[in-house]
Parts: sequence; C-alpha cells; structure tokens
Amino acid sequence: MTGWEGFAFTFLNARVAAEYWPKILEGLGVTIALAALIIVSGLALGLLLAVLRTLAIRPLNWAIIFVVDLFRALPPLVLIVLIYFGLPAAGIGFSGFAATWLALTLVLMAFAEEIFWGSICAVPKGQWEAGRALGLHFLPTLRKIVLPQAIRIAIPPLTNRTIAITKGTALGSVVAVSEILGAAQSAMAFSGNPTPLMLGALAYLVLFFPVVVLGRWIETRFAWRR
Amino acid sequence: MSEFAEAFFNIEIAVAALPILWMGLQQTLLLSALVVPLGLGAGFGFALLSTRREPWLRWPLVVLIDIFRAIPPLVLLILLYAGLPFAGLDLGAWGAVSIAFMLNTGAYYAEILRAGIEAVPAGQREAGRALGLRPWQIWLFIVLPQAVRNVLPDLVGNTLEVVKLTSVASVVAMPELLFQARQAQSITFNATPIVVAAMAYFVLLWPFVRLLSRLENRQLAGRR
Repeated sequence: MTGWEGFAFTFLNARVAAEYWPKILEGLGVTIALAALIIVSGLALGLLLAVLRTLAIRPLNWAIIFVVDLFRALPPLVLIVLIYFGLPAAGIGFSGFAATWLALTLVLMAFAEEIFWGSICAVPKGQWEAGRALGLHFLPTLRKIVLPQAIRIAIPPLTNRTIAITKGTALGSVVAVSEILGAAQSAMAFSGNPTPLMLGALAYLVLFFPVVVLGRWIETRFAWRR
Repeated sequence: MSEFAEAFFNIEIAVAALPILWMGLQQTLLLSALVVPLGLGAGFGFALLSTRREPWLRWPLVVLIDIFRAIPPLVLLILLYAGLPFAGLDLGAWGAVSIAFMLNTGAYYAEILRAGIEAVPAGQREAGRALGLRPWQIWLFIVLPQAVRNVLPDLVGNTLEVVKLTSVASVVAMPELLFQARQAQSITFNATPIVVAAMAYFVLLWPFVRLLSRLENRQLAGRR
C-alpha cells in the first residue's frame, strides 16, 4: 500500500463509511433539532429582555444587566456541565439534550439581549418623538416604529453570533447527547476506525458552511446602508 | 433549602477543593496565554494575505477561513486528538489543543482584522507612499494601528471567547479549571467544585465583559 492508499484505508474507509453513515445522519437530525430549539428560545428571550430594559425600571435593569453579564462571562461548556452534573444533586435531573438546550439558550439570550438593546439605542431619538407626536403610546411606538428599525440593525451581528453559539451544540457530546459529534465518536469506538469522525466533520461542514457564507453575505449587504 | 446549599455551596468541600481548582485556574491562564497569541498571529497572517488582490490567493483563503469558522472547535480538537493517532501522529493534548484552537480562533481574528484593514481609507496608504515610507513601514505604522482601532471591540470580544474556549480543552483531559472541577465533583459527589469554578470564571472575565459593553456602546453612539 502506498502512503495515500494507507491514508484512505484508515480515514476514508468505504466499508466503515457505508456501515455508519446512517448513525451520523441521525446525529445530524439531532443537531438540527437542538439548534432550532436554541435559536427560537434564545432569540425570543433575548428580545424579551431587551424590551423589558426599555421600560427603564432601575432594579429590573440592574438584574437584566447582571444576568446578561453572567451568561456572557461563563463558558458554555461550564454551564452545560453545571446543569447536567450539578442540578441532579438538587433533585432536578436534566437529560443531556435538555441541559445543552437550556445552557446554550441562556448564552444566546444574553448575547441577543446585548445586540437588541444596542440596536434599540442606535435608533435615533427623533423616531421615539415622532411616535409621541403621532399620539402613539410607549408600546405601540416601540412595536411599530422602533423595533422594526432596531431589528434591521441587529441582523448582521446577530446572525454571526447565532451561528457561533449554535456550533456549541457539539459540546452536547460531552453530556452524552448523540448529536453529530457524539454519534461519530461512538461509531469510531465501535469500528476502531476514524472514518466516522471524518464523516462527522463533513456533516458539520455541510450544515454550517452555507450558513457561514450566508452570514458573510448578510454582513456585506447590510454594510452598504451605513 | 439547606439541602440545596449542601449540594451547591458546601463550604467544607469548597475549601478542600480549592488547591486543585487553583492549579486548574493557573493552567487555564497558561493555556490562554498560549492560545491567544497563536490565534492572533494566525489571524494577522491570514488577514494580511486575504487583503491581497490576487484572486488565486484571496479565494482559497476565504474558503479556508470559512471552513474553520464552520467546524465547531471541539470537532477540530477531537479530529486532531483522537483521529490523527490513527495516522501514527500523536500530538498529545497540548499539541492538539494549540493547533485546533489556533485554526479556529485564527479564522475569527482574521475576519475581524480584515474588516478593520479594509476600513482604512486608501488615501492613508498613498500618503505613506508619498512620504517615502517602505511597504512594511506603511503596514506597521499606518494601516495596522488604524485597523486595530477600527475593530477594537470585536478584538476584545473574540479574545474573551478564546479564554472561554479553553474550557473545551477539559474534554481531552487537559487539567485546566473545568477539568479539575469535574474531577473534584466526581470524587465528592457534590456540585460545589463546579459552582466554585464557575464563580472563578465569572470573577476572571466579568471586567472584560463590562469593558466590552462600554466599547460596543461607544461604537454604536459614534455611528448615530
């Protein structure tokens, strides 16, 4: 066997690939489900906190800032481990899937709140005043005038941040979630061959490469408007 | 309530675990001090090359950067740590962590720096040439300082992410803060060491989160 053949036999073994690709595909499904749940709940909670912050209730704002700072400072894996290995001691058991979902939702919530809040602040004050002048109350002004503009400002940074946090679903493999990486690692252990790991990496590329390119496109597209 | 405190804020266990958590914290700082410069170096290299005009250089580089931004760092780490030994190449935990995190964070730093470099007006470079500066002098004294200032909040933010990323090294048994906390937790069957480790991360990184918030707000205010 030449060097290349040996490499292909080890890392791109067709027989192992044929046997284990359904497992990787199942993992891909779990990753997509987990990512979708995190994105929906994280963005919704982040927007909710940012809107609550516009009410300018002091103690509430301090609480929001603290929570946001907390989940921006803690590494996601520390949160996952804390929820998965820590909370059962208090009688609250989480599955690995739920622990990963909860941890990454909190992280995305924190980052999304910062971005939404910054974007709301970036909408010129005159827009608020125009709403008042039209006889709109606080909430209709926020909902119909300020938020639509703020969300447009928020989209490029939010896209990139969301992609980065969604990639964290791979951390679920540490708490026995059989998403792509988890499935690939157990397949590698069964087969004694690293081909499933290569398939797993390929699955991540198939899933995230288009999203990263989309993020790049959104960034340049919105940059023209500045 | 006392049961909760017993499981999460057990003072006795916290005190007993403190020495090994302290060792873990030192390892985390050491790892950060290694990975941040590696990532920044790779990022500067990629960024300088990707601002070149030659399409045969520019496009492969963009694809490469996007590949390393698309693959989760943990996947890259496992690939190097558990995959490469099959090819007879054992990098060890330090080698695998350094290379995997350098590629991942380098790709992010490169994107940030490229945006910063492209935001420097061409007139600045031309002015440098008109003053008779050499190309490396133009880069070092004119373009880079302005580029870094343009994207300072993003650079600080990414550095924060890199330090947080070091916790992932616990998966390949590198004895940093999270790994030590899990060891202590599995010996004592008590979550206190993990809570203490989380508090350590928070105390360590909170000032940077505050600084980042300030920088971001100033940037938004400037754009208004």
